[in-house]
Amino acid sequence: MSYKWNWGIFFQISPDGTHTYLQLLLFGAGWTIATALLAWAIALSAGAIVGVIRTSPIPWLVRLGNAYVELFRNIPLLVQMFLWYFVLPELMPQTIGDWLKQSSNASFYNAVICLGLYTSARVAEQVKAGILSLRSGQRMAGLAMGLTLPQTYRYVLLPMAFRIILPPLSSEFLNIIKNSSVALTIGLIELTAAARSMSEFSFQVFEAFTGATLIYIIINIVVVAGMRWLERRVAVPGFISLGQPAAAH
Amino acid sequence: MFANFDWDVIIRSLPYLFLDGMRFTVMLTLMATAGGIVIGTLLAMARLSNIPGLSHVAGAYVNLIRSMPLVLVIFWFYFLVPYIGQWITGASRPIQVGAFLSALVTFTLFEAAYFCEIMRAGIQSIPRGQVQAAQALGMGYWTAMAEIILPQAFRNMVPVLLTQTIILFQDTSLVYVISVTDFFGAASKVAQRDGRLVEMYLFAAAVYFIISLAASHWVRRLQDRIAIIR
Repeated sequence: MSYKWNWGIFFQISPDGTHTYLQLLLFGAGWTIATALLAWAIALSAGAIVGVIRTSPIPWLVRLGNAYVELFRNIPLLVQMFLWYFVLPELMPQTIGDWLKQSSNASFYNAVICLGLYTSARVAEQVKAGILSLRSGQRMAGLAMGLTLPQTYRYVLLPMAFRIILPPLSSEFLNIIKNSSVALTIGLIELTAAARSMSEFSFQVFEAFTGATLIYIIINIVVVAGMRWLERRVAVPGFISLGQPAAAH
Repeated sequence: MFANFDWDVIIRSLPYLFLDGMRFTVMLTLMATAGGIVIGTLLAMARLSNIPGLSHVAGAYVNLIRSMPLVLVIFWFYFLVPYIGQWITGASRPIQVGAFLSALVTFTLFEAAYFCEIMRAGIQSIPRGQVQAAQALGMGYWTAMAEIILPQAFRNMVPVLLTQTIILFQDTSLVYVISVTDFFGAASKVAQRDGRLVEMYLFAAAVYFIISLAASHWVRRLQDRIAIIR
């Protein structure tokens, strides 16, 4: 191999003059985490609403929810990023469009909204599956006790459904962290982008990507551990068996 | 707002978009799916084997790939494949490989990790008694796998494998980051050349949407059909 390894590169000063390459990667990881967390807040709230209306007894709401999920699931994330970043400002009235294009951190906000709505469709699928996995007697019992339909969802169905879908939700959370790397195409310097710029400035391609890979693995391990803790924390004794091994992790 | 839309730019670039771009996308999707399923099945067999080192190596590979974003994996292989080529052929310097081959290796090895998990679930869905029955009939490991286990595992998992293929079809758009001209790459080149971002990106989104939606509906119908027969 003609490749020259140099692991010391991480502690050398990067072209910005003040920070080392390692710090550059860590800033990238910070943007990755910030993007993923904010997008997750959108995904969880929008996904819960869409998932609920897809199980509601009102036909046009169900159709609306289905259309929402199909729309966000059948267009590649990269294309959605470009639609939000390049196309949306053009379709807006002139003043709003210019404001969208010129605002600082535009790529960050775009990435958060795009990733949040993209993931919300997946969360909605899980929420729907969770609600449907409950016996229909639960809904009937709630209504028979005099709860309104929203109350039945709030106090009977959703607390159980969310516990059931916690494992698939945690893998969606891992996905949102990974998917945030697509935002490099609209100029967000997250972890993968930071590794790529490090490789371009220092020519130490494989060290840069190894660094990024290790950081992704560490983030993954922390998230998985946190989710396991949460699963044990919210488990209802006798209802959802925790002992069974998860099929996919 | 749609008043100054230039629909003509789409018509003019149709041959380029579909004959160059979409052909690349479809070829990459089909070949990476085929390769990914073959390697994924072997990985699943390795993960389930009781040869001590083998299952750990396969498991480590799958977990490593699955914890990395696809974009990062594309970058990894983009720089790694020339060195792998040098290593295989014994050449004196890294080998230049074309964009298609580089993308194909990347997606095959990346998707193999995901297909592995699907096939592992498929193999585990076959009752243990069948393995024992095969052994009692005197079949060896490979015969039992090829004649008894894998055909059933594969058939049980066909809907999941096809859904993964639709995801792969959408994911191939990410070759954009190494400037390869797939369908989306072609659309984006026309968009930038003619300054027609709105038209081209909306058109690309519509094409992906229609193909993915049609394919996923077909998979759902297929799933129902298979469910009745079984």
